[in-house]
Amino acid sequence: MLKEENKIFKNLYNEQGWELENALKRDDWLDTKKIIEKGRDWIINEIKASELRGRGGAGFSTGLKWSFAPKKVGSRPHYLVINADESEPGTCKDRDILRFEPQKLIEGCLIASYAVNAKVCYVYIRGEYIKEGKRLQEAIDEAYSKNLIGKNACNSGWDLDIYIHYGAGAYICGEETALLESLEGNRGQPRLKPPFPALVGLYGCPTIVNNVETIAVVPTILRRGAKWFASMGRPKNTGTKIFCISGNVNAPCNVEEEMGIPLKELIEKHAGGVIGGWKNLQAVIPGGSSMPMVPKDICETLRMDFDSLVEVKSGLGTAGVVVINKDEDIVKCMARIARFYKHESCGQCTPCREGAGWMWRILERTAKGEATHKDIDLLSDVTKQIEGHTICAFGEGSAWPVQGLLRHFRKEIDKRCFSEPTIKKKRKIPYLIDQHKLESKDA
Amino acid sequence: MPKIFINNNEIEFKEGMTVLQACELAGVEIPRFCYHERLSIAGNCRMCLVEMEKSAKPIASCAMPAAEGMKIKTNTKMVEKARKGVMEFLLVNHPLDCPVCDQGGECDLQDQSLYYGFDGSRFKENKRLVKDKYMGPLIKTQMTRCIHCTRCIRFATEVAGVSELGAIGRGEDMEITTYLEKSMTSELSGNVIDLCPVGALTSKPYAFEARPWELKKTESIDVMDAVGTNIRVDSYGWEVKRILPRLNNQINEEWISDKTRYACDGLLKQRLDKVYIRKNNQLVESNWDDAINLISSKIKSTSSEKIAGHVGGLSSFETINSFKKFLEEINVKNYEFREKDFYVNPDQKMNYIFNSSIQGIEKADFILLVGTNPRHEATILNARIRKTYLKNKLPIFSIGDPGDLTYPYKIVGNKTEDIQKILDGKSEINDLLKKSKNPLIIIGESALELKSGKYIFEGFKEFLYKNKFINEDWNSFNILTQNAATVGALDLNFFNKPNGRGSFFDKMNNHNFDLLYLVGSDELNFQKNNEFIIYQGSHGDRMAQIADVILPSPAYTEQNGFFINLEGRLQKAFKATNPIGNAKEDWKIFNLIVDKIKNKNLFTNYKTLIEDSLSKIKENKNIDTLPEPQIKKINLSSGNFYSEQVLIRPIDYYFSNPIARASKTMSDCRIEKIHNSENRKTG
Repeated sequence: MLKEENKIFKNLYNEQGWELENALKRDDWLDTKKIIEKGRDWIINEIKASELRGRGGAGFSTGLKWSFAPKKVGSRPHYLVINADESEPGTCKDRDILRFEPQKLIEGCLIASYAVNAKVCYVYIRGEYIKEGKRLQEAIDEAYSKNLIGKNACNSGWDLDIYIHYGAGAYICGEETALLESLEGNRGQPRLKPPFPALVGLYGCPTIVNNVETIAVVPTILRRGAKWFASMGRPKNTGTKIFCISGNVNAPCNVEEEMGIPLKELIEKHAGGVIGGWKNLQAVIPGGSSMPMVPKDICETLRMDFDSLVEVKSGLGTAGVVVINKDEDIVKCMARIARFYKHESCGQCTPCREGAGWMWRILERTAKGEATHKDIDLLSDVTKQIEGHTICAFGEGSAWPVQGLLRHFRKEIDKRCFSEPTIKKKRKIPYLIDQHKLESKDA
Repeated sequence: MPKIFINNNEIEFKEGMTVLQACELAGVEIPRFCYHERLSIAGNCRMCLVEMEKSAKPIASCAMPAAEGMKIKTNTKMVEKARKGVMEFLLVNHPLDCPVCDQGGECDLQDQSLYYGFDGSRFKENKRLVKDKYMGPLIKTQMTRCIHCTRCIRFATEVAGVSELGAIGRGEDMEITTYLEKSMTSELSGNVIDLCPVGALTSKPYAFEARPWELKKTESIDVMDAVGTNIRVDSYGWEVKRILPRLNNQINEEWISDKTRYACDGLLKQRLDKVYIRKNNQLVESNWDDAINLISSKIKSTSSEKIAGHVGGLSSFETINSFKKFLEEINVKNYEFREKDFYVNPDQKMNYIFNSSIQGIEKADFILLVGTNPRHEATILNARIRKTYLKNKLPIFSIGDPGDLTYPYKIVGNKTEDIQKILDGKSEINDLLKKSKNPLIIIGESALELKSGKYIFEGFKEFLYKNKFINEDWNSFNILTQNAATVGALDLNFFNKPNGRGSFFDKMNNHNFDLLYLVGSDELNFQKNNEFIIYQGSHGDRMAQIADVILPSPAYTEQNGFFINLEGRLQKAFKATNPIGNAKEDWKIFNLIVDKIKNKNLFTNYKTLIEDSLSKIKENKNIDTLPEPQIKKINLSSGNFYSEQVLIRPIDYYFSNPIARASKTMSDCRIEKIHNSENRKTG
């Protein structure tokens, strides 16, 4: 269990007040000038040494990402964009940072902007977070009034302006390139990569996009040292993380914990345990709705970090833990998630546009008990046809949870299906691509 | 050159190519829906997925830049699975209405589903239904068939320059629409029909007319403007069913204007199929013999000074040549091709062509439009200017106000004084012009129609020559002619030398002519008095109404003909269908009359006509080539300056020639344009 002194977000429950004066008591903005004076390379190396991985879901090394930005500002300015479009079902960590620890985020913005040579920082806030956006704006105004940001921020010689931009309520705008499109005023649709935003991003300029939590932990890491951060958690999965525990638990909550904490401990100690006791647990979605669920037997020993979860064919994602107990209809749960993805697909590329709706319809049918056994294979095929064939990671995000269901709860679905497949044997469809052009051994 | 491995074959490719283009170099065909060479890359159909070494996922080859040493495979199980998967998704919500779909037979989805489609559908639910959108009189929509490739949106915003097409909704509810369900305000809108890979956007006038495989395809040249757009005429029996673009990177790339595409239904209406003679102020059906007798007796009884000939803007080079030869045979010297009196100087070919060439526009770094509206006068050329603008963001100026040109430009002024300032080097744009390497000065007919026409023409020529903008590599002096026949007529000197007093127009308006022979000319502003008018043409239009004798002749799709486009490029139009009714080809009619009067033949056969015609072309006699720049001997002269307003003569775009006026589609477009403010929803 994480010691109180090692917690980064000491005001996660707003016990001490979010205002600047209270934040200063929690050591925010302490020696920011000194940190900046140590230089860009030091900051980036320190973040690399801390092994901080992005908290937005993909878990990409933050230091590495920053190092992709061009070292010198050319003809185009650099931008830092904070992704506060937190829309992943089961996730609410950024919201509490925006509400209760805004100064950590703002300080992180200053340091990160300096590290990537950006003088303008945009915070893209989810449209529904109106109060949180207002709160952040108040915090930004406070910071401006104390000259913590703005011209010659913290007397460091670096200028930084922070602007807030509200989204219009599209899940896909949390994808970094769709976010940039939306910020530019276009339809929120992901861009093709390459080029990556670090080189061609907002308005065609080099842009670094980071999650709120990632940026908010940066000042503390730099103040207390990369070694301190790296000493927590497990190798390559270092530091602390805010876990959002919801679903069938007695006390849903946000809690900051060490990476690699056993899932059981997380649920029992912080969330008051599963409703109906641990025995009543059916499955857990460990990282927000786009990560495959893990069944109870795996949950017993599961550790919550990026690599351990990949080992069980799931992922840490945003660490939004959704607990499902045996009172719930697991297929119905999955059908509801699939409906969400059907609704939020941007419609740009074919597999996700057509596939997400198809998956939802099959699951809906299955949940009602109107499906056949053949439909299970069909569902599995559809998920495989979406996965990896799309422009952005939304395709995986919508297909993986269904694959998780099929992997672990096939028997459950089987029970609901009635008739046997009419054709049991798979027909072999001859391979047709460019057949006339290729030699037989290639084909 | 960098190398790439495609299916283990090493291929050299050019820097900046995508993987898909490299694959095409290697002779491997990649299926695609959203990718189009001339549009930006969207990468959204996911049909072009290929396998790349070291990549766990298949990559979209249309969007991935090719790089040295890349190893691409297009024939693996992974690629096959990916493409079959995407095809299944595309077909999931695509209606099975191929038998009643106009795209059938030329549908990308149909073709590719043969290779990548499953043999049965696994989709048990109801298919998506999308409400059809109103997109004007040209585009028929069946939006349920849409596969969301966004080619139409990209075409509208990039090439046509109107951001009126877009997508609303999200995910599977995404719909392509014109937002307010109005027609596209672009003269290039018909191209979205060709671009649409499925039957979502099809041609409204062509709806349910024919199947592509039943049509006879004839490669030809368009005559609606002077650009010489390359077209393919699809005909069924004697009817021209539709006109499609033909690829020619030097002229039209693969776009054609709406007038080119849709005026073809005018070829079926208002046609002159029989000989008519006016008796008791009424046109009465007659026959060739009577008409020829009447004409020859009239010609014999009229003094040759009182006879005049005028040729229309759609006439081919041979027609003008044979007409001229015919008029010379009967000693007539009053002939003209212009519809309004504008200044011409046919000393050199360079004086009446678009010297920089249409493709050359892309090299320009400065454009000055003088009294011209290229959007209406030469739509395809305007699209090229827009393309250049998008690529180079070059400064564009105009003298006179041409209205919306689909790209931003600055009006320098609308008086001849503003031209004088430029020629004297005192204008604000002179610095920019001096600094530019390849400027373009485009002078329109509206400017040459002014009293200062000669001043503008000769002044610019001198100015550009003295500033070395007319040289071996670059000739920035351009005349934008409006009619398909103009350059050819100038090659033949088919006009009366004096301008102003004593000119053809002066004499015509003073009713000095007793006999007027009109060959397809309907645009003349002329009030009939006592003249005997012979009208020879294909359509019963303005002049046929006042004619005393009507001789039917074929339209441009019904006879072979040479056309010289505004760049001076000689092109041949081919006969697609037979002439209707009793119509005879123009040169045969002249032959008949001369035979009657002088008992001899102008041309013994078609071959001699061609040989004679080709020998009269100035400088450039090869088909499909540009004239060599002739800048060694440049004659300079000057004209008188008059203080005038430079007014750009508005063109009734959809009604600019007899074929277009006979076309119902063009008339619909015209009404749509006039009433575009009204909210017309007809589905």
